[in-house]
Amino acid sequence: MGANEFVNKPHIGESVRRVEDARFITGQGNYVDDIVEAGQKYAAFVRSTYPHARLTGVDTSAAEEMPGVIRIFTGKDIAGKCGGLPAGWMIVQVDGAPMKEPQRPFLAIDKVRYVGEPVAMVVADTKEQAQNAIESVMVDYDPLDPVIDVHKAANGPALHAEAPDNRCYKWGIGDKAGVDAAFTKAAHITKIDLINNRMIPNAMEPRAANATFSRATGESTLYTTSQNPHLVRLLMCANILQIPETKLRVVAPDVGGGFGSKINVYPEDVGVVWASRALNCPVKWTAERSESFLSDTHGRDHHTHAEMAMDKDGHFLALRVHSDVNLGAYLATFGPAVPTYMYATLLAGQYKTPQLYAEVDAWFTNTAPVDAYRGAGRPEASYVVERIVTRCGWELGLSQDEIRRRNFITEYPYQTPVAMQYDTGDWPKCLDEANKLAEVDSFDQRRKASEAKGLRRGIGYSSYVEACGMGPSRIVGQLGARAGLYESGEVRVNPTGSVTVFTGTHSHGQGHETAFAQLVAARLGVAIENVEVVHGDTNRIPFGMGTYGSRSLAVGGGAIMKALDKIEEKAKKIAAHLLEASDADIEFENGQLTVKGTDKKISFGEVALAAYVPHNYPLEKLEPGLDETAFFDPPNFTFPGGTYICEVEIDPATGVVTIDRFTCVDDFGVIVNPMLVDGQVHGGVMQGIGQALLEEGVYDQETGQLLTGSFMDYTMPRAINLPNFRIGTVCTPCTSNPIGSKGAGEAGAIGAPPAVINAVLDALKPLGVNDIDMPATPFHVWTAIHNAKA
Amino acid sequence: MKLEITVNGRAVSADVPPNTLLSAFIRDHLRLTGTHRGCDTSQCGACTVIANGRSMKSCSVVVGQMQGAAITTIEGLAGKDGELHPMQAAFKECHGLQCGFCTPGMIMSSVDLLTHHPHATKAEICELLEGNICRCTGYENIVKAVQTAQKKMSA
Ligand code: FES
Ligand code: FES
Repeated sequence: MGANEFVNKPHIGESVRRVEDARFITGQGNYVDDIVEAGQKYAAFVRSTYPHARLTGVDTSAAEEMPGVIRIFTGKDIAGKCGGLPAGWMIVQVDGAPMKEPQRPFLAIDKVRYVGEPVAMVVADTKEQAQNAIESVMVDYDPLDPVIDVHKAANGPALHAEAPDNRCYKWGIGDKAGVDAAFTKAAHITKIDLINNRMIPNAMEPRAANATFSRATGESTLYTTSQNPHLVRLLMCANILQIPETKLRVVAPDVGGGFGSKINVYPEDVGVVWASRALNCPVKWTAERSESFLSDTHGRDHHTHAEMAMDKDGHFLALRVHSDVNLGAYLATFGPAVPTYMYATLLAGQYKTPQLYAEVDAWFTNTAPVDAYRGAGRPEASYVVERIVTRCGWELGLSQDEIRRRNFITEYPYQTPVAMQYDTGDWPKCLDEANKLAEVDSFDQRRKASEAKGLRRGIGYSSYVEACGMGPSRIVGQLGARAGLYESGEVRVNPTGSVTVFTGTHSHGQGHETAFAQLVAARLGVAIENVEVVHGDTNRIPFGMGTYGSRSLAVGGGAIMKALDKIEEKAKKIAAHLLEASDADIEFENGQLTVKGTDKKISFGEVALAAYVPHNYPLEKLEPGLDETAFFDPPNFTFPGGTYICEVEIDPATGVVTIDRFTCVDDFGVIVNPMLVDGQVHGGVMQGIGQALLEEGVYDQETGQLLTGSFMDYTMPRAINLPNFRIGTVCTPCTSNPIGSKGAGEAGAIGAPPAVINAVLDALKPLGVNDIDMPATPFHVWTAIHNAKA
Repeated sequence: MKLEITVNGRAVSADVPPNTLLSAFIRDHLRLTGTHRGCDTSQCGACTVIANGRSMKSCSVVVGQMQGAAITTIEGLAGKDGELHPMQAAFKECHGLQCGFCTPGMIMSSVDLLTHHPHATKAEICELLEGNICRCTGYENIVKAVQTAQKKMSA
C-alpha cells in the first residue's frame, strides 16, 4: 500500500495517547538496572586517571584480598583472546588509502588513551564491594603528553602506532577543481570560522549491562542499554568474542533515552559477558553518572572554515568547507561515518549551490571517543550552512529571508553536488509558514519595545535539511558501511485476532509501541489495544538494525507495512474461499472483507480464526496460519527539512540571552501521530538550544582531565529554559517508503543551534559583535559585547 | 540498624546499615524500582520521593536519618484500586514523558509542587521543577501536564 491511500486510513494522523505510558507513570518500567538475577554478582571498572600513559603494571593483589572480591580481570587476561571493539564504517581517504584503524581492546593492554578508559574489571558479591575494591587496584602509569586540541594533534605524541601523525583520515567529497574555478568568478566571497562545540549526550538513564551465562547450553544473555541489540550481538559475536550468534541473546528492555550514545558496543558490555562466562554467574554493571560523563561517547567537536562564492545578486556559486574533527581516542561504532557521510553530504542544505567541495581531517585525541549525538553529522552541516548563509545575506545587505529565498531549491527530485538526491520538499512554503507563525511582520515593533527597556532583540533563521531513514544498503555499502541498513518487521495475527508486531527497531522514548500499533490498527481494523509491539530482544525479533538516524517509522514502519501487505493478501484469499468468491473480488476495509458489489462479508477476526483452525480452508493451495515477516530496504534516504525562527532578547548588562519565542515549521512527510512528532520536536529543539546556549564538554588542555564531569559543571537544559514554542508542519510525502514518512527524531537538534546563534548575532550586530561561538553563555555574550566596544 | 519506616502506607522494618542511601534501600532492599538513579550529585531528581509530606531526593539522605518516616514512592501514588493520581493521568494525557526515566521523579516533584504551591503560574512551575532534569521532552509537555493536573486538582 502506498502513502496516498494510507493517509486516509483510520488512526493515521491521530494523536493516540501512548500505550507504553501505563507502566512508566506507575513505576513499572523495566530498565536494565532494575533487573537482578539469582546469584547476581557485580562489576566495577578501574578507569584510567591519565589521558595518555604507558601502562607499566596493574597490581591486583591487594584488591583481591578485599571482602567479597571474586576475580579481577586486566588487559593481560584478555590479550590475544578476543577481538577489539570494531568500527562499523570504513572511510577511504582522498589518496585512496583506507582510514587508520587501531585496535580497541575492552580493557587497556599496554597504553591508556583517555581519562576514564577501562583498565581493570573487578567482580564482587555486591556493588559496594566491587566499588571499594577498585580503589585498591594499583596501576603504574608512565605518563605521556596528552593531545587534546585537534589543531595540535599532527605534531603531538602519537596515540596509536598506526597513525603517527594522529590523523585517522583525510577525506573529501565534491568537485575541488570545479569549486576553485567558480571562486575565480565570484563577485563576493563570504568566509566564516566555526566551532561546533563538544556535546555530552547524557541520556537520563546511565548505561548498564547485566550478563548471565548457562554452562549447560553455552549461552549468554546480555541485558544492555542499547538502541540496537542485534548490532550489539552481531559485533560482539563476529568481531569480539568470536562465538556463534546462537550463543548470545541481547536484550535491550526499557531504555531511558539514547540520543546516539547507546548505539555503540561498549567495553563494559563486553566486560560483563566475558566475566559471566569466565565465572559462570550473572554479572552486572551500572554506570555512575560520573562514569557516563567520562566514558559515554561524546558528540560534535568540529572546527570548520567555510567560504561561499556568490554572484553580485547573492546567488550561491560554490561552497568550500574544511573541517578538523575530533574522533576522540578510538573509533566508536559509527565514529568515522558521522563527520563524513552523515555530515558533508548535507552541506548543500536547501540551496542550489552548483559547486561544493568539502574536506575533513579526522584526528585522534586523548579524549573520550566521539560518535553520534542526536542528528549526528547533520547538525554540524546545518550549523555551517545556516551560519554562512545568514552571514552572506548580511554582507550583501539582504535579509535572512531574502538570501534563502534567492537560493532555494524549488524543483524535485534534486541532485546535489554531494551525492544526495532530495525526493520531495517545499522549502519556500516552510519559510512562509514560519514567518507567519513567528509574527515576523511585527518584529520591528518588538525590537523597539526591547530597546526602550535597554535590551537588544534579534531574530535568527535556520532552513535546515537532513537525511534520515538510513538507509539504502547498496548506497551505504558503497560508502563504506560494514552492515546493511534495511529493517525488519513481523506481523503475527493470533488465532483470536489480536496482533503481535515484532520490529527490529528499538524504542527508548519514541513511542513505537503506539505508532506501530496505529499502523496495524489502520490497516487491519483491529483495536489499538489488541496490538502488541515487541522490540529489543534478539531471541524474539527478526534481525534488524535498531533505532538511530530517525529511521524507525520510515524504514521499520516500512517493513511492517510490507508485512501487512502480505497479511492482507493472504486474508483476502482465505476470505475468498469462505465467501465463495474469487480473490480479486475481495475488498478489505475497516476490518471487514467484502465481496465487491455485494453485502457478502466476513470479519478479519473470523478470517484469522479460520487460518489457525483450518476446517474449511483451501489447504491444497494455502498454508494455514497468518504470520508474515518482511524486510524493507529503502531506495533512498528521506529528507526532512524546514525553517526554524528564533527570537531572542539579550540584556547587554549581564549577557543573559532569553528566548522569546521559537518557531518550527517542519516537513516530516506523512505524520502518523502528531503528538509524538511534536514531542520529538520539543526535545530536539531543547537539545539544540542546550548546545547553542548552555552545554559544552571541556577538557583541560594541559592535564586532559574532563572539566565538565558532572551535572554541576555541565549545564543541562532545565524547565526554566523552556522557550515559547510555535510549531507547524508542511507535508510533502516522502517517495521512498510506503508510509510517506521522513522521520522526526533529530530535526530539532539539527535546525535549532544556527537559528539561536543567528538570533544572538542579529541582536548584537548593532553593538559591533560579528561572531560568537557556542555556547553563547552570559559570560561569552558579555565578553563579546565588551571586546567589540574596545 | 533496625529501621522502622512506612513505605506506601505499609510498615516496613529492616536490618540495614544506617549509611545506606534511601534510594538504595528503596530500590535494592524493597525492590521498588520505579525510583530511579540518574546521577551521583543530587542534581537530576530521578530519585525523588515524598518523605513526611515533602519531596526529597532519595539519593541525598541515608536511612539513618529516616527512622519512623512515611515515604511515598511512584508505586504508591495511584489509589488502592489502581486509579491514577491526577498527576499521573495528566502526564499521559499531555505526553509529558518519552523514555520514562525521569518520569517517576518528575511526577513526585510535581505532586509536591502543587501540594505546596497550588496556584503556581507557568513561570513558577518551571522554577520549581529546577531540580528535575529531563533529556527527552524539552519540558514543554511536562509543564503542560502540571498545569492540567492543577486544573483538575483545584476543580
Ligand atoms: S539520583 Fe538522586 S538526584 Fe540524581
Ligand atoms: S522522559 Fe526521558 S528523561 Fe524525561
